[in-house]
Amino acid sequence: MDDLLPADTTPAPEYVLELYITGATPNSTRAVRNLKDICERYLAGRYELLIIDIYQQPELAQQAQIIAAPTLVKKRPGLIRWLVGDLSDRPRVLRLLGLEA
Amino acid sequence: MSRSPLPRIAVLSQLPKALTGIDGLDEITEGGLPQGRPTLVCGSAGCGKTLLGVEFLVRGILDYDEPGVLMTFEETAAELTANVASLGFDLVQLQTDKKLRLDHVHVDRSEIDEAGEYDLEGLFIRLGYAIDTIGAKRVVLDTIESLFSGFPNEAVLRSEIRRLFRWLKDKGVTTVITAERGDGTLTRQGLEEYVSDCVILLDNRVIDQITTRRLRIVKYRGSTHGTNEYPYIITEEGISVLPVTSLKLEHSVSNEIVSTGVADLDAMFMRGGLYRGSSVLVTGTAGTAKTTLGAAFALEACRRGERCLIFAFEESPAQLLRNMASVGLDLAPFVESGQLLIEASRPTISGLERHLVTVHKLIGRFKPQSVVIDPISNLVSVGSISEVSSMLTRLVDFLKVEGITALFTALIGSSHGQEMGEDGISSLVDVWIHVRDLEGIGERNRGVSILKARGMAHSNQVREFVVTAQGIRLLDVLVGPAGIITGASRLAQGMQEQAQALADQQETERRDRELERKRRVLEATIANLRTEFESVEEELRRVMSEEEERQLTLRQDRRQLGQNFSTRPAAGPNGSAE
Repeated sequence: MDDLLPADTTPAPEYVLELYITGATPNSTRAVRNLKDICERYLAGRYELLIIDIYQQPELAQQAQIIAAPTLVKKRPGLIRWLVGDLSDRPRVLRLLGLEA
Repeated sequence: MSRSPLPRIAVLSQLPKALTGIDGLDEITEGGLPQGRPTLVCGSAGCGKTLLGVEFLVRGILDYDEPGVLMTFEETAAELTANVASLGFDLVQLQTDKKLRLDHVHVDRSEIDEAGEYDLEGLFIRLGYAIDTIGAKRVVLDTIESLFSGFPNEAVLRSEIRRLFRWLKDKGVTTVITAERGDGTLTRQGLEEYVSDCVILLDNRVIDQITTRRLRIVKYRGSTHGTNEYPYIITEEGISVLPVTSLKLEHSVSNEIVSTGVADLDAMFMRGGLYRGSSVLVTGTAGTAKTTLGAAFALEACRRGERCLIFAFEESPAQLLRNMASVGLDLAPFVESGQLLIEASRPTISGLERHLVTVHKLIGRFKPQSVVIDPISNLVSVGSISEVSSMLTRLVDFLKVEGITALFTALIGSSHGQEMGEDGISSLVDVWIHVRDLEGIGERNRGVSILKARGMAHSNQVREFVVTAQGIRLLDVLVGPAGIITGASRLAQGMQEQAQALADQQETERRDRELERKRRVLEATIANLRTEFESVEEELRRVMSEEEERQLTLRQDRRQLGQNFSTRPAAGPNGSAE
């Protein structure tokens, strides 16, 4: 189920994120909540987030090279990176997204 | 009622198995891998783990119509496809046919970061999706241990891998999991703890610069299996585990007799030759014409119209042909007609099992009725005696099952050679012909004897044989005072006998003359006696005639007297008148 959440309609958002979750499992639920929180707090207006439930769209799991769940794929900026986990380690998430001071 | 318990036990003990289709592996596992369960294939680098997995899938698709999923963690789909294309596996076509799904799981530590709790559900979903889309029955996870390099949280990985295997089992897919061999353990990450149904260990050993690959089934829950280490090789057609046939001794036998190629040698066997399909070992020291015997055997087979295959480990085909032509064994026409094939290679060119496979393959392709291997003892240079003998066991079994009459030559040296013959394969072969040097009085001669011939009486003599320009000929047995006589002694013996005959003749002549002399003496004596007798007789006659005359005279005298006295009265003739 595509869940496009464009905060802004500017042509090229700075951050392109994809979050692969597995339904409503605790980890996934937490991940969605954590990520939304981070995005709103630090990336307001600068991001594009796609949340994909690989239970619903299993074929996308292979394309995106998903192994663990939940996984946040950061496509932009910089090199593509995979962040696995429920994103509850906020300082680490911020550092990995290049958002810390 | 007495019959019912037995089948029930059989049914219970019969674990469902999935045939791998891999040459030889199904024999060892007695029917394949446990169906619907995971099997761990572990081994060090370069053992062919991936290949075994791929072949398991491809054969499953082609031979048993079981679609498969290959999940690789190391090679990309393109790399893998290219790598196995050389083996004739067209993965692209299989994917197009929706029989195979390749999924490369990209694991790169530098691109993955942990930020909180997670599980490997993504992997499950990918695998589950792949399995469901093509209805896969077989799954290969090629080196799942790579995950350990990508994810630092080992506890999560372990529990997830355990869950994965459980899940695969529940899905009922036959799974092959490959894993790298660890130090002192079967796998680096101890995966054998999670896969408890079947563990196959591949091993790559270099002994004396020659690589030998071996396969062993470490465990197979709920099934019997071959427990030995079986050599296997990677050929252009995939993995080939040996032995293919040597697990049982149940070949049929023939009563037909075939010639050894040497008529005199045939005569030493009670039935005038060898049983078809038997194995013959010709042992001997260097230069005792073992190869020549082998060539004679091959030539005879070709003359019978059979196909014959010679494996030469010492000479090139051209050299063999030339050398054999020099002793009147002209093999060349049969080579040209395609009836005879000479396969020459150095034993050291490859490991034993590759030789064995070469032999298998060539025999399978050429379908000969006779095979000559010259010499098997050279293979010792490739492996130890025990390895060679195990290889030869397989070879002999294979040939017997195929009903091929085989002749092996073996060089017996002074040191290790005898073992080769006696412990090595002599118990495997049916006929053992020993060729040896009979040395003495400054020369060597060749003697041939039959050490054993199963199911047939045979001569116990050591026969001298000569290799002439017309082939091999056995000489008649010449027994002298000190055993059989050969070579120069044979000549010496001949001369001696001639001299003896002459002496005997002279003796006879002498006796004849003696007799003649005696006869003459006797005759002379007889003549003498006769003369003596005659003279006595004459004397006697003379005396008698004189007496007669005297009597006559006396009577005349008396008559005269009577006439004179007639005038007087007759009285007594004498005195009465007085």
